[in-house]
Amino acid sequence: MAEKTLPPVDVVVVGSGWAGSIMAKELCEAGLSVVMLERGARRSTARDGAYPASIDELEGAVRYKLFQNPAQTTVTVRNRTDQEAVPYRRLAAFLPGAGVGGAGLHWTGVHFRATPQDLRLRSHVVERYGSKFIPEGMALQDYGVTYEELEPFFDRAEKVFGTSGLAYTVNGEVTGKGNVFAPDRSDDFPLPPLRDVYTAHLFRHAATEAGYHPYAMPAANASQPYTNTYGAQMGPCNFCGYCSDYACYMSAKASPNVNIMPALRRHENFTLRSNAHVLKVLLDSTGKKATGVVYQDAEGNHITQPAGLVILAAFQFHNVHLMLLSGIGKAYDPASNTGTVGRNFTYQNITNSTVLMPPTRSTDQFIGSAGGVAIDDFNSDNFDHGPHGFIGGSPLWVNQAGVKPIAGAKGSFPGAPRWGSAWKKAAIDTYRHSFTINAQGSNMAYRDVYLDLDPTWRTSYGQPMLRMTFDWKDNDIRMNRFVVSQLEGVVKALGAQDAHYGMREPGKPFDVRDYQTTHLCGGAIMGEDPKTSALNRYLQSWDVPNVFVVGANAFPQGMGYNPTGLVAALAYWSAHHIRTQWLKGNGGPLVAQ
Amino acid sequence: MPDMPHRPHPAAPLAERPQHASAALPAIPAPTRRHVVQGLGTGTAALALGGLTAPPAAHAATEPGTPGASPSAHPAAHTHTARFFSPEDFAFLSAACERIFPADAQGPGAIALGVPHFIDGQMDTPWGRGELWYMQGPHRPEAPANLGYQLPYSPQQIYKTGLAGVVAWVQKTHQAAFETLPPETQDSILTALENNATQFDTLPAAAFFEQLRSDTIEGAFADPIHGGNKHLAGWTMMGFPGARADYMDWVDRYDTPYPYGPVSISGETA
Ligand SMILES: Cc1cc2nc3c(=O)[nH]c(=O)nc-3n(C[C@H](O)[C@H](O)[C@H](O)COP(=O)(O)OP(=O)(O)OC[C@H]3O[C@@H](n4cnc5c(N)ncnc54)[C@H](O)[C@@H]3O)c2cc1C
Ligand code: SF4
Repeated sequence: MAEKTLPPVDVVVVGSGWAGSIMAKELCEAGLSVVMLERGARRSTARDGAYPASIDELEGAVRYKLFQNPAQTTVTVRNRTDQEAVPYRRLAAFLPGAGVGGAGLHWTGVHFRATPQDLRLRSHVVERYGSKFIPEGMALQDYGVTYEELEPFFDRAEKVFGTSGLAYTVNGEVTGKGNVFAPDRSDDFPLPPLRDVYTAHLFRHAATEAGYHPYAMPAANASQPYTNTYGAQMGPCNFCGYCSDYACYMSAKASPNVNIMPALRRHENFTLRSNAHVLKVLLDSTGKKATGVVYQDAEGNHITQPAGLVILAAFQFHNVHLMLLSGIGKAYDPASNTGTVGRNFTYQNITNSTVLMPPTRSTDQFIGSAGGVAIDDFNSDNFDHGPHGFIGGSPLWVNQAGVKPIAGAKGSFPGAPRWGSAWKKAAIDTYRHSFTINAQGSNMAYRDVYLDLDPTWRTSYGQPMLRMTFDWKDNDIRMNRFVVSQLEGVVKALGAQDAHYGMREPGKPFDVRDYQTTHLCGGAIMGEDPKTSALNRYLQSWDVPNVFVVGANAFPQGMGYNPTGLVAALAYWSAHHIRTQWLKGNGGPLVAQ
Repeated sequence: MPDMPHRPHPAAPLAERPQHASAALPAIPAPTRRHVVQGLGTGTAALALGGLTAPPAAHAATEPGTPGASPSAHPAAHTHTARFFSPEDFAFLSAACERIFPADAQGPGAIALGVPHFIDGQMDTPWGRGELWYMQGPHRPEAPANLGYQLPYSPQQIYKTGLAGVVAWVQKTHQAAFETLPPETQDSILTALENNATQFDTLPAAAFFEQLRSDTIEGAFADPIHGGNKHLAGWTMMGFPGARADYMDWVDRYDTPYPYGPVSISGETA
């Protein structure tokens, strides 16, 4: 193992997913020299999405071809602080990306903005329900940035992603049959919505009959051929059903690889190094200034890359891990409720309900995309929470992303036998005639749910693993149960033969064995107070002002919607302020403490 | 949607270009394939054209080296073809898979689908060797189940340990080999494993059973290029069209279920 120091550059970006690609593109445009370091392999849609080889459930979704390999690095997990956390040895609950494009290569593409209420949730709840409404131990916070401030950046991201959707209002005028609860937009979606698959069509009609307000889910799957802001091209989605866990062979699903990298590569001031695992950010003797990063290359050499500006875009929990390993900010201590790095760790509170239709019609669940039909009647603060006494909400939707047979057979109708002839029949009937309605809900932050370094287990790089302390809490369990129970009217209108309502069960802890989502949030959150947030409203570290930390780590609590639309908007927002303010200043904090 | 696969696009160099015009594409009925070609102003048109010039399905299916052509669909003890498993282990494995996924009115069982050979083949992969799991100690097998797998065994070791243990255990409790017992007895033994009635070394019987169940399902429904799902019969039972992956024409035909049968990555059709 050799040690080597490279010539300095203006910016080092850690991670090549959406967050890193957006930041690199913006900073290259500003004329800065940018080195992007990605721990995983070089990846491209052309290679990794090649048809027909990529249409392989075993390789893609079962053996996790495109994901992080836990043998190299993983986390430890426990539910409570009085337990010993143990390693997450086999991927299941969440699937972090690795390789060029990050999880953006194999995400599904559901592309939401955040609601105005969610971005200032603490203030909103206090205004509408009073501060006593917030339960003891809940660390409810505002983002420190409003919807109005972020709107131009949501719009920008949609035009880069080639997002398909249907607006409700544009500049205050009702323009279409979009989501009546959606906030106003400065422009329509760049592409019309994807068509409803059969089950989404059924849901749309049943939800209308039940008195709700269905809308076409916004998706970064091109409903038509599209050329984005950067001149990158997308083909039209053909509903192949291989968005989630796979690279899109039609180049119809937005990915950093298709939508940004081709333009990024044309900047002479841009360098991408793959197989470069960043071990830590280097700080000068004051601890208040980053001088660059040190990474391990494929041969095991430790390489120092000096840089004037460090962008952490390694994904939510990797960002927190790198901050803890580097000593950027003070580690959170739940006992004394001090420190900021690791606090407000949250997830996505999702449960799935299964609807079994009569055997006269196949549901064709293999047809799919990131589109679908949703209702927001119980999301965010779109309903009066007063009588319910919980905070948060959940959209309900049919987001049929293409159900493959291994996944279908492993999870046949709840309560059916698990093997043998009776199971076989149930698995086949369920696959052919059922569909899923997800309640994808918010998850609030709590004082004893957090991230820190594990005392026992180490990664293959010899560093302490990140430790997750996470469990479902009463507020979020009750929210989920309330929202899922609102499905009854829909199920009735569907004329379903049977339905299983998937709900959180009180007392049933967070289970790492079931895939839920990779929508992990918080841990290094943005905010207005350096005592309760690791980052200011521009995603700049309060403690080391030439470090910006971009990703869902910045969310103070989890929202009902999927995170990436907000991650992308925050990246453009942060980059805008780096370009217009930070670069023109003395490199110090953008918000005075 | 414009029909313009040949139109050179001004920004073409920016688009990522799939470079597999020669890939053997499955035989997709013309109406669905048309749409892959149609409307693509991007490099993906190259892919679609590859589809049009690809050899017919029947060719692709008989190409040498296609795992679909592997020797035995009925692994019995007297025609032992497994590479990883011993004849005794393979006999148990085959009989147990067949009870988990039996031949019945729904269609063929695990043996006819080649599931035992699929599992045998999977042993010699990075996954089988445990290279896709974090395997470093210390191990805490006593940790709560919801915190996930904590055993020190790779998939290969789960099978080695589990099979050695279960073959001996059945011999001891039933004075016979599992594969010679009547189906009801076999089922009661599998139920005992599922309910964790014993353990083999430090491997709980339930962990072994769950691995076997999971791998049986994978073998029945993975693409036949991996050695199971013979003749795509698993997919035919499920009603899954396999690698077709183009439903442009079928998204909103709400009155008509999707009509085409399955096709493999190799081009084999059912
Ligand atoms: C199967 C799946 C489906 C999803 N579907 C949706 C969806 O429909 N809608 C939605 O909004 N979100 C979805 N998500 C979540 C979405 O993928 C993420 O929110 C998003 O991709 C995060 O982007 P990022 O740039 O922050 O991180 P990532 O995309 O994870 O990129 C981070 C990169 O940093 C690299 N890295 C990490 N550590 C280091 C290090 N130490 N040194 C160097 N490099 C490092 C990683 O290898 C990775 O490539 C999905 C996720 C998955 C897994
Ligand atoms: S469903 Fe559409 S966007 Fe998704 S992978 Fe298939 S073609 Fe691409």
